[in-house]
Amino acid sequence: MRRFGCSDVIRADLRLDVPGFRLHSAFEIPASGITAIFGASGAGKTLLLRCLAGLEPGARGRIEMNGRTWQDDGRGIFLRTHERGLGYVFQEPSLYNHQSVRRNLAFGYERTVAAARTVQWDQAIALLDIGTLLERAPATLSGGERQRVAIARALLASPGLLLLDEPLAALDAGRKREILPFLATAQRELAIPMIYVSHQMEEIVALAAHLVLLQHGTVLANGPLAATLARVDLPIAQDEDGGVLIDAVAAAHDARYHLTQLDFPGGRILVPLESLALGTAVRLRIRARDVSLALSLHEDSSILNRVAATVVEFAPTANPANVLVRLDAGGSALLARVTLRSREQLQLAPGSRVWAQVKSAALVG
Amino acid sequence: MNTLAPDDWSAIGLTLVLAASVTALLLLAGTPIAWWLARSRSRWRAPVSALVTLPLVLPPTVLGFYLLVALGPNGPLGQFTLWAGWGLLSFHFSGLVIGSVLYSLPFVVQPIRNAFVAMGERPLEVAACLRARPLDAFFRVALPLARPGLLAAAVLGFAHTLGEFGVVLMVGGNIPGATRTLSMQIYNHVEALEYPQAHWLAGGLLAFSFLTLLTLYRLEAGRGAPVRLF
Repeated sequence: MRRFGCSDVIRADLRLDVPGFRLHSAFEIPASGITAIFGASGAGKTLLLRCLAGLEPGARGRIEMNGRTWQDDGRGIFLRTHERGLGYVFQEPSLYNHQSVRRNLAFGYERTVAAARTVQWDQAIALLDIGTLLERAPATLSGGERQRVAIARALLASPGLLLLDEPLAALDAGRKREILPFLATAQRELAIPMIYVSHQMEEIVALAAHLVLLQHGTVLANGPLAATLARVDLPIAQDEDGGVLIDAVAAAHDARYHLTQLDFPGGRILVPLESLALGTAVRLRIRARDVSLALSLHEDSSILNRVAATVVEFAPTANPANVLVRLDAGGSALLARVTLRSREQLQLAPGSRVWAQVKSAALVG
Repeated sequence: MNTLAPDDWSAIGLTLVLAASVTALLLLAGTPIAWWLARSRSRWRAPVSALVTLPLVLPPTVLGFYLLVALGPNGPLGQFTLWAGWGLLSFHFSGLVIGSVLYSLPFVVQPIRNAFVAMGERPLEVAACLRARPLDAFFRVALPLARPGLLAAAVLGFAHTLGEFGVVLMVGGNIPGATRTLSMQIYNHVEALEYPQAHWLAGGLLAFSFLTLLTLYRLEAGRGAPVRLF
């Protein structure tokens, strides 16, 4: 595991017993970018986030944030929530309904000393596009608008770390897609490290750089997002939507066939035309179920995308008819889900040279 | 014809001063008690709840009787006030205030406590995540959110103190100008068979109480949230 310097990591080792559930999670994550905490409902994601924020007085253990100790029971240190300088976006917007949007936004802003402000008033309002909502009452806003105000309110307290607890869970799919870009832009522009709790892989692949996988209150895996998604031994690879994330660059547009070519170290992928400037870095999501394998290059197939790859390893799936294959395509990992029968017919083994036929690839984030 | 005698006016004035000071004291003392009752997980919560609610079910004469004993020259409170150089508070306006505060306590604590319980933990957690210290969060978030409860508490405390009788009789002793309140005055009129005067005072109190509660419920109806008195 990669070691981080002391001042650019968040290190936590937390235990909490609540009736019917035990949280015991230890992890070390970068104190930059967006780290996603992913897990099924009831895995303890929200509880873990509340422990990090100091909202669970019963939590025991240690939290180090960027070289600063937030909690260390061994040394009798426990910073209370308001002393941690963090931001928290709850699942429900939790705006103060007795105050205007402007007063809500000002609440944390006014309590941050001017010298410690890393987020400016106009900046946060522009980033979340809420300039027209300032004089409104929170009760008159739509769900998406409310959550945007809640995010801006948290950012305006200039947090050193922003915790987001499924901030989009209460919104419909359209609203989600409306807010995701705001979050990504806010992270890029403000460089505030964020921990983003979700059980929606769609949100995580659009935002995160790092992934912590939580199961029954313990950490199952912890690592860079793309590398963790490509692990065949984790339950996320077994999901119906399991698959890899590939960093690619927009390389060419084909106006005649309405296609955009995306290049990555292992080859190229064509997707339906996207209005992207050439050279733009994008993330491609390729699901294991959309990848089939062939031993030779099939020119007589309707499948557009074929990538030369080497078989690395296999893993059984929950369904005994299938097998999960991890491939290496010029340094990029690919996952394919094929039947056990196909594996034997093609005599696939680690080291086999194959053509991965990619039926569909989605641009995310 | 003058319907109200100077005696009556003095009783009305005394009652209003009493109710106003009791309400002010109760809001000051009742709010922290309500806060503690709403949020504490201490094992003392149930006994304290029971104690605070006791005046609701106890005959006022019982409360008044014990208070009289406690405030008297041989009672613990009486000995304290004598030692402190304040003299005896029984049969004195300040004795009335103490009695009324205790008697009206549940009427003030309960609505405020309900308001604190109804808002839940979240608004305070949000405040803490926005750098607000606990006291800051209490004054800037919890109190404004509990405003309907505080309003209901003030109205109930005031109205309840206006009409109390038993405690006042036991502790105050019906001394004109000092401890003779409105309800005492009504009682005196009835004793003396002065029914017209009793009608003026009793009717006035009835109308006042009804209008106060009407205003309260109207306010809350306009706000869209029903007021929870109990």
